[in-house]
Amino acid sequence: MKSCLIVDDSKVIRMVAKKILQELTFSTAEAEDGQQALDYCKGSMPDAVLLDWNMPVMNGIEFLRELRRLPGGEKPVVVFCTTENDIEHIQEAIMAGANEYIMKPFDSEILQAKFSQVGLL
Amino acid sequence: MRPEDFDFVAKLLKDRSGLVISRDKAYLLESRLTPVARKRGMKGLDDLLGSLKTSGEDLLREVTEAMTTNESFFFRDIKPFDQFKALVLPRLLTNRAAKKTIRIWSAASSSGQEAYSLAMILKEEGAKLAGWKIEIVGTDISTEMLEKAKAGLYSQFEVQRGLPIQLLVKYFKKNNEMWQIDSSIRGMVQFREYNLLHDLKTLGQFDVVFCRNVLIYFDQPTKTRVLDNVAKIMPDDGLLYLGGAETVLGISDKFKPVPEQRGIYAVVRPGAPAPAR
Repeated sequence: MKSCLIVDDSKVIRMVAKKILQELTFSTAEAEDGQQALDYCKGSMPDAVLLDWNMPVMNGIEFLRELRRLPGGEKPVVVFCTTENDIEHIQEAIMAGANEYIMKPFDSEILQAKFSQVGLL
Repeated sequence: MRPEDFDFVAKLLKDRSGLVISRDKAYLLESRLTPVARKRGMKGLDDLLGSLKTSGEDLLREVTEAMTTNESFFFRDIKPFDQFKALVLPRLLTNRAAKKTIRIWSAASSSGQEAYSLAMILKEEGAKLAGWKIEIVGTDISTEMLEKAKAGLYSQFEVQRGLPIQLLVKYFKKNNEMWQIDSSIRGMVQFREYNLLHDLKTLGQFDVVFCRNVLIYFDQPTKTRVLDNVAKIMPDDGLLYLGGAETVLGISDKFKPVPEQRGIYAVVRPGAPAPAR
Protein backbone atom coordinates (compact mmCIF):
# COMPACT_ATOMS: atom_id res chain seq x y z
CA MET A 1 0.00 0.00 0.00
CA LYS A 2 1.39 3.41 -0.98
CA SER A 3 1.36 6.23 1.53
CA CYS A 4 0.32 9.84 1.03
CA LEU A 5 0.85 12.76 3.37
CA ILE A 6 -1.97 15.30 3.09
CA VAL A 7 -0.79 18.80 3.95
CA ASP A 8 -3.51 21.44 4.23
CA ASP A 9 -4.60 23.85 6.95
CA SER A 10 -8.26 23.20 6.13
CA LYS A 11 -9.70 20.26 8.00
CA VAL A 12 -12.45 19.92 5.38
CA ILE A 13 -9.98 19.64 2.51
CA ARG A 14 -7.92 17.09 4.45
CA MET A 15 -11.05 15.05 5.03
CA VAL A 16 -12.13 15.14 1.38
CA ALA A 17 -8.63 14.28 0.16
CA LYS A 18 -8.32 11.48 2.72
CA LYS A 19 -11.57 9.91 1.55
CA ILE A 20 -10.56 10.03 -2.12
CA LEU A 21 -7.05 8.72 -1.43
CA GLN A 22 -8.28 5.88 0.72
CA GLU A 23 -10.62 4.86 -2.10
CA LEU A 24 -7.51 4.78 -4.29
CA THR A 25 -6.02 2.43 -1.64
CA PHE A 26 -3.48 4.85 -0.18
CA SER A 27 -2.64 4.91 3.48
CA THR A 28 -2.82 8.54 4.59
CA ALA A 29 -1.29 10.82 7.19
CA GLU A 30 -2.15 14.49 7.74
CA ALA A 31 -0.30 17.69 8.54
CA GLU A 32 -1.78 21.17 9.14
CA ASP A 33 1.19 23.17 7.89
CA GLY A 34 4.58 22.84 6.22
CA GLN A 35 6.49 22.53 9.49
CA GLN A 36 4.37 19.61 10.70
CA ALA A 37 4.78 18.01 7.29
CA LEU A 38 8.54 18.45 7.37
CA ASP A 39 8.75 16.90 10.84
CA TYR A 40 6.70 13.96 9.60
CA CYS A 41 8.95 13.44 6.59
CA LYS A 42 12.07 13.48 8.77
CA GLY A 43 10.56 10.50 10.58
CA SER A 44 9.44 8.57 7.49
CA MET A 45 9.23 9.57 3.85
CA PRO A 46 5.78 9.03 2.31
CA ASP A 47 5.42 7.90 -1.31
CA ALA A 48 3.37 10.97 -2.12
CA VAL A 49 2.61 14.41 -0.69
CA LEU A 50 -0.58 16.31 -1.54
CA LEU A 51 0.42 19.87 -0.75
CA ASP A 52 -1.50 23.10 -0.17
CA TRP A 53 0.32 26.38 -0.84
CA ASN A 54 -0.98 28.95 1.62
CA MET A 55 -0.68 27.76 5.20
CA PRO A 56 0.39 29.34 8.51
CA VAL A 57 3.82 28.66 10.11
CA MET A 58 5.43 27.27 6.92
CA ASN A 59 3.80 27.43 3.51
CA GLY A 60 3.83 24.73 0.86
CA ILE A 61 6.60 26.04 -1.34
CA GLU A 62 8.95 26.52 1.64
CA PHE A 63 8.16 22.99 2.77
CA LEU A 64 8.89 21.62 -0.70
CA ARG A 65 12.29 23.34 -0.90
CA GLU A 66 13.22 22.01 2.56
CA LEU A 67 11.93 18.53 1.71
CA ARG A 68 14.03 18.26 -1.44
CA ARG A 69 17.15 19.08 0.63
CA LEU A 70 16.54 16.26 3.13
CA PRO A 71 18.28 12.89 2.74
CA GLY A 72 15.80 10.80 0.73
CA GLY A 73 13.73 13.96 0.17
CA GLU A 74 13.83 13.58 -3.60
CA LYS A 75 11.79 10.38 -3.34
CA PRO A 76 8.24 11.54 -2.51
CA VAL A 77 6.10 12.51 -5.47
CA VAL A 78 4.77 15.95 -4.62
CA VAL A 79 1.44 17.13 -6.02
CA PHE A 80 0.47 20.69 -5.23
CA CYS A 81 -3.21 21.26 -4.55
CA THR A 82 -3.98 24.94 -4.25
CA THR A 83 -6.25 27.82 -5.26
CA GLU A 84 -3.20 29.56 -6.76
CA ASN A 85 -3.95 29.07 -10.45
CA ASP A 86 -1.66 31.40 -12.39
CA ILE A 87 1.27 30.35 -14.55
CA GLU A 88 3.79 32.08 -12.25
CA HIS A 89 2.83 30.00 -9.22
CA ILE A 90 2.79 26.80 -11.26
CA GLN A 91 6.23 27.54 -12.68
CA GLU A 92 7.60 28.35 -9.23
CA ALA A 93 6.24 25.03 -7.94
CA ILE A 94 7.82 23.05 -10.79
CA MET A 95 11.15 24.84 -10.25
CA ALA A 96 11.02 23.91 -6.56
CA GLY A 97 10.57 20.25 -7.48
CA ALA A 98 6.82 19.66 -7.62
CA ASN A 99 5.81 16.71 -9.82
CA GLU A 100 2.23 17.75 -10.53
CA TYR A 101 -0.14 20.57 -9.76
CA ILE A 102 -3.86 20.58 -9.02
CA MET A 103 -5.83 23.82 -9.11
CA LYS A 104 -8.66 23.92 -6.58
CA PRO A 105 -11.52 23.20 -6.70
CA PHE A 106 -10.72 19.56 -7.41
CA ASP A 107 -12.66 16.32 -7.40
CA SER A 108 -11.77 12.66 -7.26
CA GLU A 109 -11.52 12.45 -11.04
CA ILE A 110 -8.87 15.18 -11.21
CA LEU A 111 -6.93 13.77 -8.29
CA GLN A 112 -7.01 10.31 -9.80
CA ALA A 113 -5.93 11.61 -13.22
CA LYS A 114 -3.02 13.55 -11.75
CA PHE A 115 -1.87 10.69 -9.53
CA SER A 116 -1.87 8.26 -12.43
CA GLN A 117 0.06 10.71 -14.60
CA VAL A 118 2.92 10.74 -12.12
CA GLY A 119 2.88 6.95 -11.80
CA LEU A 120 1.32 6.70 -8.35
CA LEU A 121 -1.60 4.61 -9.63
CA MET B 1 -43.10 11.01 -24.49
CA ARG B 2 -45.31 9.60 -27.23
CA PRO B 3 -43.93 6.45 -28.87
CA GLU B 4 -44.26 8.00 -32.34
CA ASP B 5 -42.23 11.01 -31.19
CA PHE B 6 -39.52 8.74 -29.85
CA ASP B 7 -39.44 6.77 -33.10
CA PHE B 8 -39.22 9.94 -35.13
CA VAL B 9 -36.33 11.43 -33.20
CA ALA B 10 -34.53 8.05 -33.01
CA LYS B 11 -34.68 7.74 -36.79
CA LEU B 12 -33.62 11.33 -37.26
CA LEU B 13 -30.53 10.76 -35.10
CA LYS B 14 -29.68 7.48 -36.80
CA ASP B 15 -29.95 8.99 -40.29
CA ARG B 16 -28.03 12.15 -39.53
CA SER B 17 -25.30 10.89 -37.22
CA GLY B 18 -25.47 7.12 -36.97
CA LEU B 19 -26.31 7.44 -33.28
CA VAL B 20 -28.49 4.60 -32.09
CA ILE B 21 -30.84 5.48 -29.24
CA SER B 22 -32.72 2.56 -27.74
CA ARG B 23 -35.88 2.98 -25.67
CA ASP B 24 -34.00 2.36 -22.44
CA LYS B 25 -31.83 5.40 -23.25
CA ALA B 26 -34.84 7.67 -23.69
CA TYR B 27 -33.77 9.55 -20.54
CA LEU B 28 -30.85 10.91 -22.58
CA LEU B 29 -33.35 12.77 -24.75
CA GLU B 30 -34.77 14.38 -21.63
CA SER B 31 -31.42 15.48 -20.21
CA ARG B 32 -29.86 16.66 -23.46
CA LEU B 33 -32.82 18.13 -25.31
CA THR B 34 -34.66 19.92 -22.51
CA PRO B 35 -32.06 22.75 -22.59
CA VAL B 36 -32.54 23.01 -26.37
CA ALA B 37 -36.31 23.27 -25.87
CA ARG B 38 -35.95 25.96 -23.19
CA LYS B 39 -33.55 27.96 -25.35
CA ARG B 40 -36.26 28.06 -28.00
CA GLY B 41 -38.91 29.18 -25.53
CA MET B 42 -40.69 25.82 -25.48
CA LYS B 43 -42.02 24.27 -22.31
CA GLY B 44 -40.09 21.06 -22.48
CA LEU B 45 -39.10 17.94 -24.34
CA ASP B 46 -42.58 17.00 -25.54
CA ASP B 47 -43.09 20.37 -27.21
CA LEU B 48 -39.76 20.06 -28.90
CA LEU B 49 -40.34 16.53 -30.14
CA GLY B 50 -43.80 17.48 -31.36
CA SER B 51 -42.39 20.32 -33.44
CA LEU B 52 -39.56 18.34 -35.05
CA LYS B 53 -41.62 17.00 -37.96
CA THR B 54 -42.41 20.45 -39.19
CA SER B 55 -39.24 22.23 -38.13
CA GLY B 56 -36.43 23.52 -40.27
CA GLU B 57 -32.84 22.42 -40.69
CA ASP B 58 -31.59 24.60 -37.82
CA LEU B 59 -33.50 22.76 -35.14
CA LEU B 60 -32.77 19.32 -36.57
CA ARG B 61 -29.10 20.16 -36.56
CA GLU B 62 -29.20 21.50 -33.03
CA VAL B 63 -30.97 18.39 -31.77
CA THR B 64 -28.41 16.13 -33.47
CA GLU B 65 -25.54 18.14 -32.03
CA ALA B 66 -26.97 18.11 -28.53
CA MET B 67 -27.37 14.35 -28.63
CA THR B 68 -23.98 13.51 -30.11
CA THR B 69 -21.73 15.85 -28.17
CA ASN B 70 -19.43 13.78 -26.05
CA GLU B 71 -16.77 14.59 -23.58
CA SER B 72 -13.17 14.52 -24.43
CA PHE B 73 -9.98 14.92 -22.43
CA PHE B 74 -6.36 15.59 -23.19
CA PHE B 75 -4.30 12.41 -23.53
CA ARG B 76 -7.40 10.35 -22.89
CA ASP B 77 -6.42 6.90 -21.54
CA ILE B 78 -2.70 7.88 -21.83
CA LYS B 79 -1.65 4.51 -23.31
CA PRO B 80 -2.64 5.26 -26.94
CA PHE B 81 -0.47 8.35 -26.85
CA ASP B 82 2.47 6.47 -25.32
CA GLN B 83 2.09 3.91 -28.12
CA PHE B 84 1.98 6.72 -30.64
CA LYS B 85 5.26 8.14 -29.35
CA ALA B 86 7.04 4.81 -28.89
CA LEU B 87 5.79 2.79 -31.85
CA VAL B 88 3.69 4.64 -34.40
CA LEU B 89 5.80 7.76 -34.83
CA PRO B 90 9.18 5.96 -35.20
CA ARG B 91 7.52 3.66 -37.76
CA LEU B 92 6.22 6.64 -39.72
CA LEU B 93 9.61 8.32 -39.60
CA THR B 94 11.09 5.24 -41.24
CA ASN B 95 8.30 4.47 -43.71
CA ARG B 96 7.83 8.07 -44.82
CA ALA B 97 11.50 9.06 -44.86
CA ALA B 98 11.36 9.74 -48.61
CA LYS B 99 8.09 11.69 -48.67
CA LYS B 100 8.53 13.40 -45.30
CA THR B 101 4.77 13.84 -45.04
CA ILE B 102 2.48 12.52 -42.31
CA ARG B 103 -1.28 12.99 -42.14
CA ILE B 104 -3.25 12.16 -39.00
CA TRP B 105 -7.01 12.22 -38.57
CA SER B 106 -8.87 12.70 -35.32
CA ALA B 107 -12.35 11.50 -36.29
CA ALA B 108 -15.22 12.89 -34.20
CA SER B 109 -12.77 15.33 -32.67
CA SER B 110 -15.32 16.95 -30.34
CA SER B 111 -13.71 19.90 -28.54
CA GLY B 112 -10.28 19.08 -29.98
CA GLN B 113 -8.33 17.59 -27.07
CA GLU B 114 -7.22 14.45 -28.93
CA ALA B 115 -5.98 16.38 -31.95
CA TYR B 116 -4.16 18.88 -29.75
CA SER B 117 -2.64 16.10 -27.62
CA LEU B 118 -1.12 14.66 -30.80
CA ALA B 119 0.06 18.10 -31.88
CA MET B 120 1.82 18.58 -28.53
CA ILE B 121 3.53 15.19 -28.82
CA LEU B 122 4.75 16.09 -32.30
CA LYS B 123 5.88 19.52 -31.14
CA GLU B 124 7.86 17.91 -28.31
CA GLU B 125 9.58 15.68 -30.89
CA GLY B 126 10.39 18.81 -32.89
CA ALA B 127 14.03 18.09 -33.81
CA LYS B 128 13.26 14.70 -35.39
CA LEU B 129 10.55 16.26 -37.54
CA ALA B 130 12.48 19.20 -38.94
CA GLY B 131 11.72 19.43 -42.65
CA TRP B 132 8.62 17.22 -42.37
CA LYS B 133 5.14 18.24 -43.35
CA ILE B 134 2.71 17.11 -40.69
CA GLU B 135 -1.02 17.56 -40.99
CA ILE B 136 -3.49 16.84 -38.22
CA VAL B 137 -7.14 17.04 -39.19
CA GLY B 138 -9.97 17.00 -36.67
CA THR B 139 -13.52 16.47 -37.91
CA ASP B 140 -16.87 16.56 -36.17
CA ILE B 141 -20.49 17.04 -37.10
CA SER B 142 -21.07 19.59 -34.36
CA THR B 143 -20.34 23.15 -35.44
CA GLU B 144 -20.43 24.20 -31.80
CA MET B 145 -17.71 21.70 -30.89
CA LEU B 146 -15.67 22.67 -33.95
CA GLU B 147 -15.80 26.33 -32.90
CA LYS B 148 -14.66 25.41 -29.41
CA ALA B 149 -11.88 23.25 -30.81
CA LYS B 150 -10.67 26.00 -33.14
CA ALA B 151 -10.61 28.54 -30.32
CA GLY B 152 -8.57 26.15 -28.20
CA LEU B 153 -10.12 27.55 -25.03
CA TYR B 154 -10.59 25.17 -22.11
CA SER B 155 -11.87 25.48 -18.57
CA GLN B 156 -9.67 24.88 -15.54
CA PHE B 157 -11.50 21.60 -15.08
CA GLU B 158 -10.78 20.50 -18.66
CA VAL B 159 -7.05 21.28 -18.54
CA GLN B 160 -6.67 19.19 -15.40
CA ARG B 161 -7.97 15.97 -16.87
CA GLY B 162 -5.06 14.21 -18.51
CA LEU B 163 -2.85 17.16 -19.36
CA PRO B 164 0.54 17.01 -17.60
CA ILE B 165 1.29 20.25 -15.78
CA GLN B 166 4.55 20.78 -17.70
CA LEU B 167 2.60 20.84 -20.97
CA LEU B 168 0.02 23.24 -19.52
CA VAL B 169 2.78 25.66 -18.55
CA LYS B 170 4.55 25.24 -21.88
CA TYR B 171 1.66 25.43 -24.32
CA PHE B 172 -1.21 27.27 -22.62
CA LYS B 173 -1.89 30.83 -21.59
CA LYS B 174 -4.37 31.87 -19.00
CA ASN B 175 -7.15 33.98 -20.46
CA ASN B 176 -9.40 35.20 -17.64
CA GLU B 177 -10.76 31.98 -16.14
CA MET B 178 -10.02 29.93 -19.24
CA TRP B 179 -6.82 28.41 -20.62
CA GLN B 180 -5.99 28.88 -24.27
CA ILE B 181 -3.69 26.59 -26.19
CA ASP B 182 -0.81 28.34 -27.93
CA SER B 183 -1.19 29.44 -31.55
CA SER B 184 1.85 27.32 -32.50
CA ILE B 185 -0.15 24.21 -31.49
CA ARG B 186 -3.43 25.49 -32.89
CA GLY B 187 -1.68 26.09 -36.20
CA MET B 188 -0.80 22.39 -36.45
CA VAL B 189 -4.43 21.27 -36.50
CA GLN B 190 -7.23 21.96 -38.98
CA PHE B 191 -10.77 21.41 -37.85
CA ARG B 192 -13.45 20.64 -40.41
CA GLU B 193 -17.12 19.84 -40.36
CA TYR B 194 -17.55 16.30 -41.56
CA ASN B 195 -20.01 13.48 -41.11
CA LEU B 196 -18.48 10.02 -40.74
CA LEU B 197 -21.46 8.53 -42.55
CA HIS B 198 -20.70 10.47 -45.71
CA ASP B 199 -18.16 9.73 -48.40
CA LEU B 200 -14.75 10.25 -46.82
CA LYS B 201 -12.68 10.49 -49.98
CA THR B 202 -12.57 14.29 -50.09
CA LEU B 203 -10.65 14.26 -46.81
CA GLY B 204 -7.62 12.76 -48.55
CA GLN B 205 -5.45 9.92 -47.30
CA PHE B 206 -4.42 9.45 -43.66
CA ASP B 207 -1.46 7.48 -42.30
CA VAL B 208 -2.97 7.27 -38.83
CA VAL B 209 -6.64 7.50 -37.90
CA PHE B 210 -7.91 8.03 -34.37
CA CYS B 211 -11.53 6.92 -34.26
CA ARG B 212 -11.88 6.23 -30.56
CA ASN B 213 -15.15 5.88 -28.72
CA VAL B 214 -17.14 6.71 -31.82
CA LEU B 215 -18.26 3.31 -33.12
CA ILE B 216 -19.83 2.44 -29.76
CA TYR B 217 -22.73 4.71 -30.65
CA PHE B 218 -23.43 2.99 -33.98
CA ASP B 219 -25.28 -0.20 -34.81
CA GLN B 220 -23.36 -3.05 -36.43
CA PRO B 221 -24.03 -2.30 -40.13
CA THR B 222 -23.06 1.35 -39.57
CA LYS B 223 -19.85 0.29 -37.79
CA THR B 224 -18.96 -1.94 -40.73
CA ARG B 225 -19.72 0.78 -43.27
CA VAL B 226 -17.64 3.40 -41.42
CA LEU B 227 -14.65 1.08 -40.94
CA ASP B 228 -14.74 -0.01 -44.58
CA ASN B 229 -14.84 3.61 -45.71
CA VAL B 230 -12.00 4.57 -43.37
CA ALA B 231 -9.85 1.74 -44.75
CA LYS B 232 -10.31 3.19 -48.25
CA ILE B 233 -8.60 6.43 -47.30
CA MET B 234 -5.60 4.79 -45.62
CA PRO B 235 -2.36 3.52 -47.17
CA ASP B 236 -1.39 -0.16 -46.92
CA ASP B 237 0.71 0.51 -43.81
CA GLY B 238 -1.92 2.75 -42.19
CA LEU B 239 -2.83 2.36 -38.53
CA LEU B 240 -6.21 2.82 -36.92
CA TYR B 241 -6.87 3.54 -33.27
CA LEU B 242 -10.15 2.46 -31.69
CA GLY B 243 -11.40 3.02 -28.14
CA GLY B 244 -10.84 0.55 -25.32
CA ALA B 245 -14.33 -0.96 -25.63
CA GLU B 246 -14.25 -1.22 -29.43
CA THR B 247 -12.94 -3.81 -31.87
CA VAL B 248 -12.92 -4.68 -35.57
CA LEU B 249 -13.41 -8.38 -34.88
CA GLY B 250 -16.62 -9.59 -36.45
CA ILE B 251 -17.29 -6.10 -37.80
CA SER B 252 -14.81 -5.43 -40.56
CA ASP B 253 -12.22 -7.53 -42.37
CA LYS B 254 -10.45 -4.41 -43.61
CA PHE B 255 -8.44 -4.16 -40.37
CA LYS B 256 -6.71 -6.57 -38.01
CA PRO B 257 -5.38 -6.03 -34.49
CA VAL B 258 -1.69 -5.21 -34.23
CA PRO B 259 -0.24 -7.92 -31.95
CA GLU B 260 0.52 -6.74 -28.42
CA GLN B 261 -0.64 -3.19 -29.16
CA ARG B 262 -4.09 -2.92 -27.67
CA GLY B 263 -6.39 -0.56 -29.48
CA ILE B 264 -4.28 -0.33 -32.67
CA TYR B 265 -5.39 -1.97 -35.92
CA ALA B 266 -3.53 -2.41 -39.20
CA VAL B 267 -5.06 -2.11 -42.64
CA VAL B 268 -5.67 -5.43 -44.39
CA ARG B 269 -5.44 -5.45 -48.18
CA PRO B 270 -6.21 -8.68 -49.93
CA GLY B 271 -3.23 -9.65 -52.03
CA ALA B 272 -0.96 -6.90 -50.73
CA PRO B 273 2.36 -7.92 -49.15
CA ALA B 274 2.26 -7.84 -45.34
CA PRO B 275 3.44 -4.40 -44.27
CA ALA B 276 6.65 -4.24 -42.23
CA ARG B 277 5.93 -3.77 -38.56
